[in-house]
Amino acid sequence: MCECCSGHPDIYLPQMATITKRRMLNGTELFLHLEMDSGEDLQYKPGQFVEVSLAGIGEAPISISSSPTQKGLELVVRNVGSLTKAIHKLQVGDKLGIRGPYGTTYPIEEAKGKDLVFICGGIGLVPQRSFIRYALDHRSDYGKIIVLIGTKCYSMRLFREEIALWQERRDMTVLETIDEAHDCWDGNVGVVTTLIPKIENELPGSLVLICGPPIMYKFVLISLAEAQVPEENIYVNLERRMKCGVGKCGHCQINDKYVCQDGPVFRYSDLALVPEAI
Amino acid sequence: MSVLKFTPKQFDDFVSTLLKTGRPVMAPQAKNGRFAFGPLASAADLRLDYDVTILPPKKYVLPQVETLLEFEVCGPCRSVQEGEPMILLGVHPYDLAAILQMDELFRQGQYDKHYMDRRCQITIIALDVVTPSANVFASSMGTATVTSGYDILLTVLKDGSILADAATAKGQELIRLAGSAVPASEADLLARKAVWEHNNAVLNKHILLCKPSLLPKVLEQSYNHPVWEEKARLCYSCGSCNQVCPTCYCFDVQDRVNWDLKTGYRFRAWDGCLLENFATVAGNHNFRKDRAARYRHRLYRKGKYVPEKIGGQIACVGCGRCISACTAKIANPVEVYNRLLQDTKLG
Ligand SMILES: Cc1cc2nc3c(=O)[nH]c(=O)nc-3n(C[C@H](O)[C@H](O)[C@H](O)COP(=O)(O)OP(=O)(O)OC[C@H]3O[C@@H](n4cnc5c(N)ncnc54)[C@H](O)[C@@H]3O)c2cc1C
Ligand code: SF4
Ligand code: SF4
Ligand code: FES
Repeated sequence: MCECCSGHPDIYLPQMATITKRRMLNGTELFLHLEMDSGEDLQYKPGQFVEVSLAGIGEAPISISSSPTQKGLELVVRNVGSLTKAIHKLQVGDKLGIRGPYGTTYPIEEAKGKDLVFICGGIGLVPQRSFIRYALDHRSDYGKIIVLIGTKCYSMRLFREEIALWQERRDMTVLETIDEAHDCWDGNVGVVTTLIPKIENELPGSLVLICGPPIMYKFVLISLAEAQVPEENIYVNLERRMKCGVGKCGHCQINDKYVCQDGPVFRYSDLALVPEAI
Repeated sequence: MSVLKFTPKQFDDFVSTLLKTGRPVMAPQAKNGRFAFGPLASAADLRLDYDVTILPPKKYVLPQVETLLEFEVCGPCRSVQEGEPMILLGVHPYDLAAILQMDELFRQGQYDKHYMDRRCQITIIALDVVTPSANVFASSMGTATVTSGYDILLTVLKDGSILADAATAKGQELIRLAGSAVPASEADLLARKAVWEHNNAVLNKHILLCKPSLLPKVLEQSYNHPVWEEKARLCYSCGSCNQVCPTCYCFDVQDRVNWDLKTGYRFRAWDGCLLENFATVAGNHNFRKDRAARYRHRLYRKGKYVPEKIGGQIACVGCGRCISACTAKIANPVEVYNRLLQDTKLG
């Protein structure tokens, strides 16, 4: 190897981590708790993601769902393809490769003293949970915490026990909805935007953090514009195809932005001149 | 060190000596009526008069397929560094400009050791263009000649003699093998300057009607221009324009398991933003499913996005390869940029 390179780590080399807990959250989403084999916790902040791999099958970007205030690393993996299917077969004690953390973080400092409104669609709750838990663990640093959660159908709901605990807390507001009515559900029915009028009075002055499927952003952003939430107070967490996670492979680009480095968390006002974003 | 002058015979001897250093020498040679970089077996195969190669020499700094890691299936991984000492002989200035851009892109931010290690072990002997290719427009892009970035620069003078200018320690180490070459005279250096002036003027089969540095501004105003749709209507999404381009560096990463089913390797391979599924994610959602959007993305990358990352240099070096490679005859960047320029108000 040449001399100038010998001091640099290999940015594509994963570290190993061991699965310490696993549990299906619903029919397609697997929750994993991991410990790094190095014995040291990964140094990450809410909003970041890791590249998860199984040697021989592949690698994919997965959001970190745990908060750095807790031990270990928590991920939620939806079974959609070859790698995620293989990950679903893993058991406690099995190992995964982890690279990262990568990407931008939620504005944990700037948000201090402010009210927070989280709008989550489906699996979008996964990365948002990191900041929600972080804010709950630093409760006095933040103002009101309001969480809106929309899920396609009753059976797809994620983190049910945890949401039930959140709903019991008096220092936060959690509203849930499902798109399609269900016998066992007596809560709100309709897409996540139908929850927005219920908290409209809280929106001015709050930081609003959005994560969900691509289609959701359009509608939520329209509602927020109607409620006159300034674009500087809105944060979106975007997904794109990723291969390297480190700004080289070009796959994650949205116009001139690299989601793996300039995102996945973007201040919405920074995307004003980025037509491919939403 | 001073510039050396070779007769053609002395130069052949120099190349023969290079071939004996034990390092592979990759150089332009004739291939089915065209030219390609490949391992050089004898000095006689070297074609200093080549116009342009089918693929750019970037294939030696960023190979089509490059192993990054080796592993046991579902087990731990180990870094692989594939780089080896190599001499890249006969690189045209525009292709050198492209390699220098790539050096910066892989070095900046997260240091890409796989690229950098390979690159550090390569000695580049650049060569001023002797025969302009049918579609070259390097003059327009300011890459018809280069003043730095090479280890040695070769210039073929009108009388057939060859000047060699060693600019780095790596270059000087090789030039020591030059044998009976003599120092170039004042007149030789003037003749070399004439070659540069000539090339700066004639490598212009297509003429960009503005300074390249204006392109980011032009593009800033052209996102919704009809040209994207007009051109892309004919696009096959074949990705040939990406494949042949010396400045395209997007890649895919995949795992492959060996025949023993126990071991395998993770590799990267060239990818192209014109290919239909370049931005497709799970659930078959394609973030750039519109052909015109992909077509536009390529020309924005060349003219705006990549330049913003590398201090303003335009990421099209005017080699003209995409123009020749595109069956639909729509890939010419100059045609598009000139068209946009017409409709742009530059204040
Ligand atoms: C920042 C970020 C955070 C993410 N967080 C999560 C998360 O917390 N949980 C979760 O389950 N998923 C998450 N994803 C999506 C996840 O990366 C994809 O579901 C995963 O790559 C699919 O891999 P696979 O090998 O199982 O599927 P494949 O067999 O590769 O293919 C299935 C589908 O996925 C597409 N695909 C292939 N590679 C990628 C890629 N690199 N990124 C996206 N799609 C791809 C294919 O085009 C195909 O349509 C996140 C994606 C990003 C960009
Ligand atoms: S865009 Fe075309 S002309 Fe420009 S560097 Fe790439 S292949 Fe050459
Ligand atoms: S070479 Fe031509 S047809 Fe093929 S993807 Fe490029 S522009 Fe489209
Ligand atoms: S994922 Fe490769 S550049 Fe962002």
